[in-house]
Amino acid sequence: MIDVNNIHKSFGEAHVLKGVTTHFEKGKTNLIIGQSGSGKTVFLKCLLGLFIPEEGTISYDGKIYSDLTPKEQRNLRQEMGMVFQGSALFDSMTVAGNVMFPLEMFTKQGKSEMEDRVDTVLKRVNLIDAHHKYPSEISGGMQKRVAIARAIVMNPKYLFCDEPNSGLDPKTAIIIDNLIQEITQEFDITTVINTHDMNSVMEIGEKIIFLKNGLKEWEGSKNEIFKTENKAVTDFVYSSDLFKKVRQMYLEERN
Amino acid sequence: MNYIASVGSYALMIKEVFKKPTKWSIMKSLILKEIDELIYGSLGILIFISFFIGGVVAIQTALNITSELIPKNLVGFATRQSIILEFAPTFCSIIMAGKVGSYITSSIGTMRVTEQIDALEVMGVNALNYLVFPKIVALMLYPFIIAIAMYVGIFGGWFAGVFGGFSTSADFIEGVQLDFIPFHITYSFLKTIVFAFVLATIPSFHGFYMKGGALEVGKASTTSFVWTSVVIIIINYILTQLLLG
Repeated sequence: MIDVNNIHKSFGEAHVLKGVTTHFEKGKTNLIIGQSGSGKTVFLKCLLGLFIPEEGTISYDGKIYSDLTPKEQRNLRQEMGMVFQGSALFDSMTVAGNVMFPLEMFTKQGKSEMEDRVDTVLKRVNLIDAHHKYPSEISGGMQKRVAIARAIVMNPKYLFCDEPNSGLDPKTAIIIDNLIQEITQEFDITTVINTHDMNSVMEIGEKIIFLKNGLKEWEGSKNEIFKTENKAVTDFVYSSDLFKKVRQMYLEERN
Repeated sequence: MNYIASVGSYALMIKEVFKKPTKWSIMKSLILKEIDELIYGSLGILIFISFFIGGVVAIQTALNITSELIPKNLVGFATRQSIILEFAPTFCSIIMAGKVGSYITSSIGTMRVTEQIDALEVMGVNALNYLVFPKIVALMLYPFIIAIAMYVGIFGGWFAGVFGGFSTSADFIEGVQLDFIPFHITYSFLKTIVFAFVLATIPSFHGFYMKGGALEVGKASTTSFVWTSVVIIIINYILTQLLLG
């Protein structure tokens, strides 16, 4: 579980996060949504420890990040997995090399033990045949799955995903969404996803946080987002006619 | 003001490069890969350039000997001095700033743009140590290729001088051996080691801290080449003053 308490982050004159307080639950897919420039990426980078907030605290299962020593912070980071928007796979390494990288870096496992673990996670993301391929030789959806495999290979407690569906076709996007949700439940990890994709919100949004102008405007589940009267949320989530109709049908069904 | 801030950031980067080292088993393979890319990969172009520059130096010197009073062995002497003192360490380093420097900036810059550096940092890897330290270690072998460049440059001078009819082989070799000061080799290698450090770190700095997309990677490579060359030329002047002045 991750507790965020009143965090502020500025870059020069720009006050990007203006006091966000929330918590992300274990074993659930927590989604951060909001318009471009609302502070989602900065918020995610604060959660990852890449940006240090000027004010406020972030605690991971009771451990406040800013109170930890640099060594403890590094150890905590090794409990985090991250799936980047562009996958961020290392071009010079094969699929297996990318997934094995954290194991080689941080464990004392032997070669065969590491290979077994890589096989296991690649099987989990249905990529067992891509072992020896390079990132440039596989599709965008496969790259995302490799990134997920690399993120979970160390058995992380926390999984962060920055727009995991961007650039993917709708079918592949659903596969990735479901994979992330299954992994979250299977390994009982705290997953935080930064997304623009309203399909993801409707599919896997067990907890949704809506950011606006650096503040938390709304939070709730995917069911609650249908019922909310918050104008900022409805304007954002139901901006397309399709989603307006979906919402209308949902509300009619409920009544 | 920006320049001063950049110098400060560069100094902080150097400090960070030597902190929290990467596991030796991984570092070893990274160093070998960089030796292959930066040293072995540059050998061909340096040999090619050295041979022809040595030849041109010999021809130019021979063509400028107009007085009968000037000994014929001056062609070999001037070629040796030019190659050992300036051409091999300095001119080759400027060429390397273009070849190796651009490669370093663009490869690290591309990693920055595609979030690969962020991925390393999120994993808890010291990205500067992982990316820059192997390049510094690999380029410490740079004096070896400069030694080869010296040999090939002088050979190029002999080849052009003798086969171009500008000097006899005996005169040229006599000139090469004339008034040889061993400290000039030491001076040359000292410069080369300093240039190697500059070649590894300034392009890395421009790649690592770049912002933007593909276009900015190109711009960073150009800026890195300019600054690496400028710093090499300034350091060359300072070291020459200190060691030979």
